[in-house]
Amino acid sequence: MTTTPRPAESRASGAPAEAADARPTDWPLWEVFVRSRRGLSHTHAGSLHAPDAEMALRNARDLYTRRSEGVSLWVVPSAQITASSPDEKDAFFEPAGDKPYRHPTFYEIPEGVHHL
Amino acid sequence: MRDTVTTPALPLGDDALILSHRLGEWAGHAPVLEEEVALANIALDLLGQARVLLSLAGDEDELAYLREEREFRNLQLVEQPNGDFAHTIARQLYFSTFQELLFEQLASGDTELAPLAGKAVKEVAYHRDHAAQWTLRLGDGTDESHTRMQRALDALWRFTGEMFEPVAGLEALPWATFHDVWTTRITATVEQATLRLPEGPQRGAWTAGAGRQGLHTEPFGRLLAEMQHLHRSHPGATW
Repeated sequence: MTTTPRPAESRASGAPAEAADARPTDWPLWEVFVRSRRGLSHTHAGSLHAPDAEMALRNARDLYTRRSEGVSLWVVPSAQITASSPDEKDAFFEPAGDKPYRHPTFYEIPEGVHHL
Repeated sequence: MRDTVTTPALPLGDDALILSHRLGEWAGHAPVLEEEVALANIALDLLGQARVLLSLAGDEDELAYLREEREFRNLQLVEQPNGDFAHTIARQLYFSTFQELLFEQLASGDTELAPLAGKAVKEVAYHRDHAAQWTLRLGDGTDESHTRMQRALDALWRFTGEMFEPVAGLEALPWATFHDVWTTRITATVEQATLRLPEGPQRGAWTAGAGRQGLHTEPFGRLLAEMQHLHRSHPGATW
Protein backbone atom coordinates (compact mmCIF):
# COMPACT_ATOMS: atom_id res chain seq x y z
CA MET A 1 0.00 0.00 0.00
CA THR A 2 1.21 3.47 -0.81
CA THR A 3 -0.64 6.59 0.17
CA THR A 4 0.07 8.56 -2.97
CA PRO A 5 -0.70 7.19 -6.41
CA ARG A 6 2.28 7.24 -8.71
CA PRO A 7 1.02 5.80 -11.97
CA ALA A 8 3.84 7.13 -14.09
CA GLU A 9 6.51 5.77 -11.76
CA SER A 10 5.12 2.28 -11.38
CA ARG A 11 7.65 -0.42 -12.06
CA ALA A 12 4.89 -2.63 -13.35
CA SER A 13 5.11 -2.36 -17.08
CA GLY A 14 2.86 -5.32 -17.81
CA ALA A 15 0.74 -5.08 -14.75
CA PRO A 16 -1.16 -8.36 -14.31
CA ALA A 17 1.42 -10.69 -15.84
CA GLU A 18 4.64 -10.45 -13.91
CA ALA A 19 7.58 -12.82 -14.05
CA ALA A 20 6.88 -16.13 -12.35
CA ASP A 21 9.73 -15.65 -9.91
CA ALA A 22 8.70 -12.14 -8.95
CA ARG A 23 9.13 -11.34 -5.30
CA PRO A 24 6.24 -9.74 -3.41
CA THR A 25 7.86 -6.36 -3.74
CA ASP A 26 7.64 -6.73 -7.50
CA TRP A 27 3.88 -7.08 -7.45
CA PRO A 28 2.24 -4.55 -9.73
CA LEU A 29 0.60 -1.44 -8.38
CA TRP A 30 -3.16 -0.99 -8.58
CA GLU A 31 -5.29 2.10 -8.17
CA VAL A 32 -8.40 1.69 -6.04
CA PHE A 33 -11.71 3.45 -6.65
CA VAL A 34 -14.49 3.28 -4.08
CA ARG A 35 -18.14 4.11 -4.52
CA SER A 36 -19.27 5.24 -1.10
CA ARG A 37 -22.97 4.79 -1.76
CA ARG A 38 -25.40 4.21 -4.58
CA GLY A 39 -25.79 7.15 -6.95
CA LEU A 40 -22.31 8.54 -6.38
CA SER A 41 -19.33 8.06 -8.66
CA HIS A 42 -16.39 5.86 -7.81
CA THR A 43 -13.73 8.04 -6.23
CA HIS A 44 -10.01 7.39 -6.13
CA ALA A 45 -9.12 6.10 -2.67
CA GLY A 46 -5.47 5.11 -2.97
CA SER A 47 -3.31 2.34 -4.30
CA LEU A 48 -1.93 -1.05 -3.32
CA HIS A 49 0.22 -3.91 -4.51
CA ALA A 50 -1.28 -7.25 -5.54
CA PRO A 51 -0.25 -10.18 -7.75
CA ASP A 52 -3.41 -10.09 -9.89
CA ALA A 53 -6.77 -8.38 -10.26
CA GLU A 54 -8.74 -10.74 -8.02
CA MET A 55 -6.29 -10.33 -5.16
CA ALA A 56 -6.15 -6.58 -5.76
CA LEU A 57 -9.92 -6.47 -5.28
CA ARG A 58 -9.68 -8.41 -2.04
CA ASN A 59 -6.82 -6.29 -0.75
CA ALA A 60 -8.82 -3.18 -1.63
CA ARG A 61 -11.73 -4.54 0.37
CA ASP A 62 -9.49 -5.04 3.38
CA LEU A 63 -7.60 -1.77 3.07
CA TYR A 64 -10.22 0.72 1.96
CA THR A 65 -13.68 -0.51 2.96
CA ARG A 66 -13.19 -2.08 6.38
CA ARG A 67 -15.00 0.82 8.06
CA SER A 68 -18.04 0.66 5.77
CA GLU A 69 -16.67 3.21 3.33
CA GLY A 70 -18.06 1.63 0.22
CA VAL A 71 -20.63 -0.40 -1.66
CA SER A 72 -18.58 -1.00 -4.82
CA LEU A 73 -14.90 -1.23 -5.72
CA TRP A 74 -12.85 -0.85 -8.88
CA VAL A 75 -9.19 -1.74 -9.22
CA VAL A 76 -7.17 -0.57 -12.20
CA PRO A 77 -3.55 -1.41 -13.03
CA SER A 78 -1.64 1.78 -12.35
CA ALA A 79 0.40 1.18 -15.48
CA GLN A 80 -2.77 1.52 -17.54
CA ILE A 81 -3.28 5.10 -16.41
CA THR A 82 -1.89 7.82 -18.65
CA ALA A 83 -1.19 10.86 -16.53
CA SER A 84 -0.60 14.46 -17.54
CA SER A 85 2.98 15.53 -17.05
CA PRO A 86 3.97 18.20 -14.51
CA ASP A 87 6.11 19.71 -17.28
CA GLU A 88 3.01 20.35 -19.34
CA LYS A 89 1.11 21.93 -16.48
CA ASP A 90 1.31 25.47 -17.85
CA ALA A 91 0.20 24.57 -21.35
CA PHE A 92 -2.54 22.30 -20.09
CA PHE A 93 -4.13 24.30 -17.34
CA GLU A 94 -2.97 27.91 -17.21
CA PRO A 95 -4.92 29.18 -20.25
CA ALA A 96 -8.14 28.44 -18.40
CA GLY A 97 -7.08 30.55 -15.43
CA ASP A 98 -7.81 34.01 -16.88
CA LYS A 99 -11.14 33.23 -18.50
CA PRO A 100 -13.60 33.85 -15.70
CA TYR A 101 -16.43 34.11 -18.23
CA ARG A 102 -16.26 30.35 -18.53
CA HIS A 103 -17.46 30.07 -14.97
CA PRO A 104 -21.20 30.30 -14.46
CA THR A 105 -20.93 33.25 -12.10
CA PHE A 106 -22.87 35.76 -14.20
CA TYR A 107 -26.27 34.25 -13.72
CA GLU A 108 -28.89 34.92 -11.12
CA ILE A 109 -29.54 31.62 -9.49
CA PRO A 110 -33.26 31.15 -9.02
CA GLU A 111 -34.33 30.64 -5.48
CA GLY A 112 -34.75 27.08 -4.41
CA VAL A 113 -32.24 25.70 -6.88
CA HIS A 114 -29.47 23.80 -5.19
CA HIS A 115 -26.45 21.99 -6.60
CA LEU A 116 -26.23 24.27 -9.64
CA MET B 1 -11.32 -22.27 38.73
CA ARG B 2 -14.90 -23.13 37.77
CA ASP B 3 -17.22 -25.97 37.22
CA THR B 4 -17.36 -27.40 33.76
CA VAL B 5 -19.24 -25.05 31.49
CA THR B 6 -21.67 -26.99 29.38
CA THR B 7 -22.75 -24.44 26.78
CA PRO B 8 -21.43 -25.16 23.28
CA ALA B 9 -20.53 -21.47 23.12
CA LEU B 10 -17.37 -22.29 25.08
CA PRO B 11 -15.63 -24.65 22.63
CA LEU B 12 -16.71 -22.57 19.63
CA GLY B 13 -15.58 -19.38 21.37
CA ASP B 14 -12.23 -20.98 22.19
CA ASP B 15 -11.77 -21.91 18.51
CA ALA B 16 -12.30 -18.29 17.49
CA LEU B 17 -10.17 -16.85 20.30
CA ILE B 18 -7.16 -19.09 19.75
CA LEU B 19 -7.18 -18.82 15.95
CA SER B 20 -7.54 -15.05 16.30
CA HIS B 21 -4.45 -14.97 18.50
CA ARG B 22 -2.47 -17.11 16.06
CA LEU B 23 -3.37 -14.83 13.15
CA GLY B 24 -2.50 -11.80 15.26
CA GLU B 25 1.03 -13.17 15.53
CA TRP B 26 1.50 -12.26 11.85
CA ALA B 27 1.32 -8.55 12.69
CA GLY B 28 4.71 -7.14 11.76
CA HIS B 29 5.75 -10.38 10.06
CA ALA B 30 3.43 -10.87 7.08
CA PRO B 31 5.01 -11.19 3.63
CA VAL B 32 3.48 -7.93 2.41
CA LEU B 33 1.63 -5.08 4.09
CA GLU B 34 -1.60 -5.78 2.20
CA GLU B 35 -1.64 -9.37 3.47
CA GLU B 36 -0.84 -8.29 6.99
CA VAL B 37 -3.97 -6.14 7.04
CA ALA B 38 -6.00 -8.98 5.52
CA LEU B 39 -4.87 -11.43 8.23
CA ALA B 40 -5.44 -8.84 10.95
CA ASN B 41 -8.95 -8.24 9.63
CA ILE B 42 -9.70 -11.94 9.83
CA ALA B 43 -8.20 -12.09 13.32
CA LEU B 44 -10.45 -9.24 14.44
CA ASP B 45 -13.53 -10.91 12.96
CA LEU B 46 -12.67 -14.02 14.97
CA LEU B 47 -12.01 -12.00 18.12
CA GLY B 48 -15.45 -10.45 17.77
CA GLN B 49 -16.98 -13.90 17.49
CA ALA B 50 -14.98 -15.06 20.52
CA ARG B 51 -16.19 -12.16 22.66
CA VAL B 52 -19.86 -12.90 21.92
CA LEU B 53 -19.46 -16.64 22.39
CA LEU B 54 -17.40 -16.47 25.58
CA SER B 55 -19.81 -13.94 27.03
CA LEU B 56 -22.54 -16.54 26.57
CA ALA B 57 -20.38 -18.97 28.55
CA GLY B 58 -19.40 -16.61 31.37
CA ASP B 59 -17.10 -13.61 31.91
CA GLU B 60 -15.17 -13.19 28.68
CA ASP B 61 -12.00 -11.81 30.30
CA GLU B 62 -11.87 -14.47 32.98
CA LEU B 63 -12.43 -17.19 30.42
CA ALA B 64 -9.78 -15.87 28.03
CA TYR B 65 -7.10 -14.83 30.48
CA LEU B 66 -7.45 -16.89 33.63
CA ARG B 67 -8.08 -20.44 32.48
CA GLU B 68 -5.36 -23.05 32.47
CA GLU B 69 -4.43 -25.01 29.37
CA ARG B 70 -6.55 -28.05 30.26
CA GLU B 71 -9.66 -25.88 30.59
CA PHE B 72 -9.57 -24.70 26.98
CA ARG B 73 -11.86 -26.59 24.62
CA ASN B 74 -10.59 -25.41 21.23
CA LEU B 75 -9.68 -27.72 18.39
CA GLN B 76 -6.04 -28.69 18.18
CA LEU B 77 -6.08 -27.46 14.56
CA VAL B 78 -6.49 -23.79 15.47
CA GLU B 79 -3.65 -23.81 18.02
CA GLN B 80 -1.09 -25.12 15.52
CA PRO B 81 1.76 -22.64 14.95
CA ASN B 82 1.64 -20.31 11.96
CA GLY B 83 4.58 -22.04 10.29
CA ASP B 84 5.30 -20.59 6.88
CA PHE B 85 2.60 -18.66 5.04
CA ALA B 86 1.34 -21.86 3.38
CA HIS B 87 0.73 -23.47 6.80
CA THR B 88 -1.32 -20.46 7.88
CA ILE B 89 -3.35 -20.63 4.66
CA ALA B 90 -3.91 -24.39 4.96
CA ARG B 91 -5.12 -23.95 8.55
CA GLN B 92 -7.45 -21.17 7.41
CA LEU B 93 -8.77 -23.23 4.51
CA TYR B 94 -9.50 -26.27 6.66
CA PHE B 95 -11.06 -24.34 9.52
CA SER B 96 -12.98 -21.64 7.63
CA THR B 97 -14.61 -24.20 5.34
CA PHE B 98 -15.79 -26.09 8.41
CA GLN B 99 -16.81 -23.00 10.35
CA GLU B 100 -18.90 -21.73 7.45
CA LEU B 101 -20.85 -25.00 7.34
CA LEU B 102 -21.32 -24.98 11.10
CA PHE B 103 -22.47 -21.36 11.30
CA GLU B 104 -24.83 -21.75 8.32
CA GLN B 105 -26.51 -24.56 10.20
CA LEU B 106 -26.55 -22.72 13.52
CA ALA B 107 -27.93 -19.57 11.89
CA SER B 108 -31.00 -21.44 10.69
CA GLY B 109 -31.59 -22.99 14.10
CA ASP B 110 -33.15 -21.60 17.25
CA THR B 111 -30.34 -21.94 19.77
CA GLU B 112 -28.77 -19.03 21.60
CA LEU B 113 -25.97 -19.20 19.02
CA ALA B 114 -28.23 -18.39 16.05
CA PRO B 115 -27.87 -14.56 16.11
CA LEU B 116 -24.08 -14.72 16.30
CA ALA B 117 -23.91 -17.40 13.64
CA GLY B 118 -26.12 -15.43 11.28
CA LYS B 119 -23.82 -12.43 11.49
CA ALA B 120 -20.55 -14.36 11.50
CA VAL B 121 -21.33 -16.58 8.54
CA LYS B 122 -20.75 -13.63 6.18
CA GLU B 123 -17.37 -12.98 7.77
CA VAL B 124 -16.43 -16.61 7.57
CA ALA B 125 -17.44 -16.84 3.90
CA TYR B 126 -14.83 -14.17 3.25
CA HIS B 127 -12.23 -15.98 5.36
CA ARG B 128 -12.82 -19.14 3.33
CA ASP B 129 -12.57 -17.23 0.07
CA HIS B 130 -9.32 -15.58 1.20
CA ALA B 131 -7.79 -18.96 2.03
CA ALA B 132 -9.06 -20.57 -1.18
CA GLN B 133 -7.66 -17.76 -3.33
CA TRP B 134 -4.25 -18.16 -1.74
CA THR B 135 -4.38 -21.94 -1.98
CA LEU B 136 -4.95 -21.60 -5.74
CA ARG B 137 -2.11 -19.16 -6.17
CA LEU B 138 0.39 -21.04 -4.04
CA GLY B 139 -0.56 -24.45 -5.40
CA ASP B 140 -0.62 -23.35 -9.02
CA GLY B 141 2.26 -20.91 -8.59
CA THR B 142 5.96 -21.69 -8.57
CA ASP B 143 7.54 -25.07 -7.81
CA GLU B 144 8.54 -23.71 -4.42
CA SER B 145 5.07 -22.43 -3.51
CA HIS B 146 3.47 -25.66 -4.78
CA THR B 147 5.79 -27.77 -2.62
CA ARG B 148 5.19 -25.66 0.45
CA MET B 149 1.41 -25.60 0.03
CA GLN B 150 1.26 -29.38 -0.35
CA ARG B 151 3.53 -29.83 2.66
CA ALA B 152 1.24 -27.59 4.72
CA LEU B 153 -1.94 -29.40 3.66
CA ASP B 154 -0.30 -32.73 4.53
CA ALA B 155 1.04 -31.54 7.89
CA LEU B 156 -2.29 -30.27 9.19
CA TRP B 157 -4.46 -33.05 7.74
CA ARG B 158 -4.32 -35.19 10.89
CA PHE B 159 -5.96 -32.39 12.88
CA THR B 160 -8.99 -32.09 10.59
CA GLY B 161 -10.99 -35.09 11.86
CA GLU B 162 -11.52 -33.48 15.23
CA MET B 163 -13.68 -30.75 13.65
CA PHE B 164 -16.40 -33.29 12.95
CA GLU B 165 -16.60 -34.74 16.47
CA PRO B 166 -20.02 -33.60 17.73
CA VAL B 167 -19.72 -30.71 20.18
CA ALA B 168 -21.44 -31.30 23.49
CA GLY B 169 -24.84 -29.63 23.38
CA LEU B 170 -24.91 -29.64 19.57
CA GLU B 171 -25.20 -33.39 19.01
CA ALA B 172 -28.32 -32.87 16.90
CA LEU B 173 -26.39 -31.07 14.14
CA PRO B 174 -25.59 -33.09 10.98
CA TRP B 175 -21.90 -33.68 11.72
CA ALA B 176 -21.53 -36.46 9.17
CA THR B 177 -22.94 -34.18 6.49
CA PHE B 178 -20.53 -31.45 7.57
CA HIS B 179 -17.70 -33.89 6.92
CA ASP B 180 -19.02 -34.91 3.51
CA VAL B 181 -19.59 -31.37 2.27
CA TRP B 182 -16.31 -30.20 3.76
CA THR B 183 -14.43 -32.98 1.98
CA THR B 184 -16.13 -32.14 -1.33
CA ARG B 185 -15.28 -28.45 -1.05
CA ILE B 186 -11.70 -28.98 0.08
CA THR B 187 -11.16 -31.53 -2.69
CA ALA B 188 -12.45 -29.10 -5.32
CA THR B 189 -10.20 -26.27 -4.15
CA VAL B 190 -7.16 -28.49 -3.73
CA GLU B 191 -7.53 -30.08 -7.15
CA GLN B 192 -8.10 -26.75 -8.85
CA ALA B 193 -4.86 -25.65 -7.23
CA THR B 194 -3.09 -28.65 -8.87
CA LEU B 195 -2.52 -30.10 -5.40
CA ARG B 196 -3.67 -33.44 -4.04
CA LEU B 197 -5.89 -34.19 -1.08
CA PRO B 198 -3.63 -35.53 1.70
CA GLU B 199 -3.72 -39.22 2.41
CA GLY B 200 -3.66 -40.78 5.82
CA PRO B 201 -5.95 -40.61 8.79
CA GLN B 202 -7.75 -37.40 9.71
CA ARG B 203 -7.48 -38.34 13.33
CA GLY B 204 -5.34 -40.45 15.59
CA ALA B 205 -5.17 -41.49 19.21
CA TRP B 206 -4.12 -37.97 20.15
CA THR B 207 -6.25 -35.95 17.82
CA ALA B 208 -9.70 -37.53 17.98
CA GLY B 209 -11.55 -34.88 19.92
CA ALA B 210 -8.65 -34.32 22.27
CA GLY B 211 -8.78 -30.53 22.07
CA ARG B 212 -12.46 -30.54 22.93
CA GLN B 213 -11.56 -32.55 26.04
CA GLY B 214 -8.84 -30.12 27.08
CA LEU B 215 -5.84 -32.02 25.72
CA HIS B 216 -3.62 -29.73 23.69
CA THR B 217 -0.42 -29.88 21.72
CA GLU B 218 2.89 -28.61 22.98
CA PRO B 219 2.87 -25.20 21.23
CA PHE B 220 -0.40 -24.28 22.94
CA GLY B 221 1.27 -23.62 26.30
CA ARG B 222 3.51 -20.96 24.80
CA LEU B 223 0.56 -19.35 23.04
CA LEU B 224 -1.34 -19.13 26.32
CA ALA B 225 1.67 -17.73 28.16
CA GLU B 226 1.94 -14.92 25.66
CA MET B 227 -1.79 -14.29 25.45
CA GLN B 228 -2.37 -14.26 29.21
CA HIS B 229 0.77 -12.78 30.72
CA LEU B 230 -0.35 -9.13 30.63
CA HIS B 231 -3.66 -9.80 32.31
CA ARG B 232 -2.06 -12.07 34.88
CA SER B 233 0.73 -9.57 35.58
CA HIS B 234 -1.61 -6.60 35.88
CA PRO B 235 -5.04 -7.94 36.89
CA GLY B 236 -7.85 -5.62 35.97
CA ALA B 237 -5.63 -3.26 34.01
CA THR B 238 -7.50 -0.93 31.69
CA TRP B 239 -6.51 1.57 29.03
